[in-house]
Amino acid sequence: MERIMGVINLGNEKDSLGDLTKHRCQASVPFGGRYRLVDFTLSNFVKSGVRNVGVFARNYYRSLLDHLGSGKEWDLDRQKDGLFIMPYYSNESYKGDIQHFYDNLPYFERSKEEYILVTQGSIVWNIDFRHVFEEHKKQGADITLIYKDYIQEEKAVYHTLDVDENERVQAVDLEKIVNQGDNVFLNTYLMKKSLFIDLMKETYEQGNYDFFTDAIRTNLESYHVQGFHFKGYMPFIHSVESFYNHSMNLLDENVLQQLFYNHGFIYTKVNHGPPAKYLQSSQVVNSLIANGCSIAGTVENSILFRGVKVHKGAIIRNSIIMQKGEIGEGALLENVILDKDVKVSKDRILKGDEIPTVFAKSSHL
Amino acid sequence: MVKKEMIAMLLAGGQGTRLKDLTTKLAKPAVPFGGKYRIIDFTLSNCSNSGIETVGVLTQYQPYILNSYIGIGSAWDLDRKHRGISVLPPYQGQKGGEWYKGTANAIYQNIYYIDQYDPEYVLVISGDHIYKMDYSKMFKYHKEKGADATIAVLEVPWDEASRFGLMNTNATNKIVDFEEKPKNPKSNLASMGIYIFTWKVLKQFLLEDEQNELSSNDFGKDIIPAMLNKEKKLYAYEFQGYWKDVGTIKSLWEANMDLLSDNPELDINDPTWKIYSVNPNQPPQYIAPEARVKRSLVNEGCLVYGNVENSVLFYGVYVGLGSTIKESIIMPDVKIGANVTIKKAIIASGTVIEDGSVIGDDSGEITLFVEDHRIAVDSTVISR
Repeated sequence: MERIMGVINLGNEKDSLGDLTKHRCQASVPFGGRYRLVDFTLSNFVKSGVRNVGVFARNYYRSLLDHLGSGKEWDLDRQKDGLFIMPYYSNESYKGDIQHFYDNLPYFERSKEEYILVTQGSIVWNIDFRHVFEEHKKQGADITLIYKDYIQEEKAVYHTLDVDENERVQAVDLEKIVNQGDNVFLNTYLMKKSLFIDLMKETYEQGNYDFFTDAIRTNLESYHVQGFHFKGYMPFIHSVESFYNHSMNLLDENVLQQLFYNHGFIYTKVNHGPPAKYLQSSQVVNSLIANGCSIAGTVENSILFRGVKVHKGAIIRNSIIMQKGEIGEGALLENVILDKDVKVSKDRILKGDEIPTVFAKSSHL
Repeated sequence: MVKKEMIAMLLAGGQGTRLKDLTTKLAKPAVPFGGKYRIIDFTLSNCSNSGIETVGVLTQYQPYILNSYIGIGSAWDLDRKHRGISVLPPYQGQKGGEWYKGTANAIYQNIYYIDQYDPEYVLVISGDHIYKMDYSKMFKYHKEKGADATIAVLEVPWDEASRFGLMNTNATNKIVDFEEKPKNPKSNLASMGIYIFTWKVLKQFLLEDEQNELSSNDFGKDIIPAMLNKEKKLYAYEFQGYWKDVGTIKSLWEANMDLLSDNPELDINDPTWKIYSVNPNQPPQYIAPEARVKRSLVNEGCLVYGNVENSVLFYGVYVGLGSTIKESIIMPDVKIGANVTIKKAIIASGTVIEDGSVIGDDSGEITLFVEDHRIAVDSTVISR
């Protein structure tokens, strides 16, 4: 896989998680007790042997850059290649990812890899890109697009693909309200780097700026565009509700194994907290607990991120408490998401509905 | 090389024979502790948190795991340019080579290493103890006293005093007498094995000590008494706080249990004094609907379906349905099947305990299990 360079393209991501994406891009949203969404794709690259990863950041990337640092946690702090971060910096307003790529043309030209795999930063999945590469070669494809069948109930809008019995892409539907069984395009594609650069330049010169819409979709007949059906576990996260539901699904043993154990660990930034501490009065069931937590109260069906403190008599049910939350004595929390660093005072009651209530970062309640 | 005011020399070559089978494959400083650490993390974190940027780690006994754990010191922020961490094993020179004969000889053999930093002071510590200490305060004290050597001391209970090296001090804390493990102690101020020396004085004593064939080349037995004889200025620096030599199975077990009280004397969750360690980056722990966890420390990567009480679980431990673990230390990657009972035991890394086994008992003794054992279904084991 030294032949492939990886790109995490954040330009097309919708920051769709309400208050959780108010001050950070979706790729940087905390997930699963100790991760950020971007950790999955980054870890996938590294586990697939990709050693050159470019991150094209667009909005609210401060927390993302802080998280990525030198790329050390993903073994991407290399003398040769490694992690490259390219925030959007043009004076012009953002017209599309092609413009952002084009502004950084030297990065693509200088990279020595023969192939390029472009993906997004907020998919929760374990994928071995080597399998995609093998399939790409085997089919003699010019471009391979990765898709996943939609199996959720909520209404959502995605680009979808029509593929024939040989998985060849016949047509593309843009911004479709998806039904169950539709093939949702995961904004992930593989091709030769030379083709990528040609398509980018050509489309840019025509005054078009979206790579998928203007460079791939319009060329379905000129090139062999192959579909790759990703069959592993992959939740679609596009709203607070789906974020919450899929977080809660992590409490299902099979999901937990699929995401975190069966394919090797997901890497993330380390923060050196001690092991979680359960005090004499603690009662914890069916929950995911990260290090640095200290629990004297009751926690049921919940996810506690690193460094959360639950005081005596506090009760937390069906909730997600992000980093450094502190829940005062006797407080009761049900169906809520507390963003980072939220303090809940003594005896306070916070209850959400089926769609949980989000409490903004650093609030004191 | 850039001049350093003080550098640290960390003695990490000990076998820790009283830790029995726990140290067959690794040196005592590398023994796992507290659910995620190795013993040496405490001294290395103390160095880092005290602003000491140059640390020589002297290794000898079973060094591989320790060396690879330390790496280039990045976990403790000791991967620095022109300073940072250096692992210093015994070596061969033109005139041959030899093992480190004693603690003082280990420093003697690395005079060259120390001299290249041209320090005015040298901090000598060991990687065998669990404690949090700001060495910069002791350093300030050493300079204020104009001392040749400062020894950190701790008041110990009188009935235990004869296990330690003891200081007798005058009203200004000047050490007037030093006794190594005396039968009838006159003092209960015990040496913690933490020394700050003015380097040019220590160097002189090390050179002289090396000429003395009768010397055991040890700080406590030889260097400190020799300095007192020559009327050098030695001061005691009194330390307040938690300090434990985890040199025996019992003290290792106790020190782990000490962390479990609601307000432990040693706070490992102090953001101003973090204890750093090499992190295996495992998923959050999963506590199943059937599980019960009380008064315990549990690390990442654990999957708990059974009952855990008064215990310490390192990373990657699996506790099966219906199993009960009490007063035990379960080291990394131990797999415990269903309906297993474990009481007051230390289970070393990688052990597999199959369904229905019973380990340990109510006798009050600690059962120790060494690495990579497999305990078959329905076994009963009480081994010491």
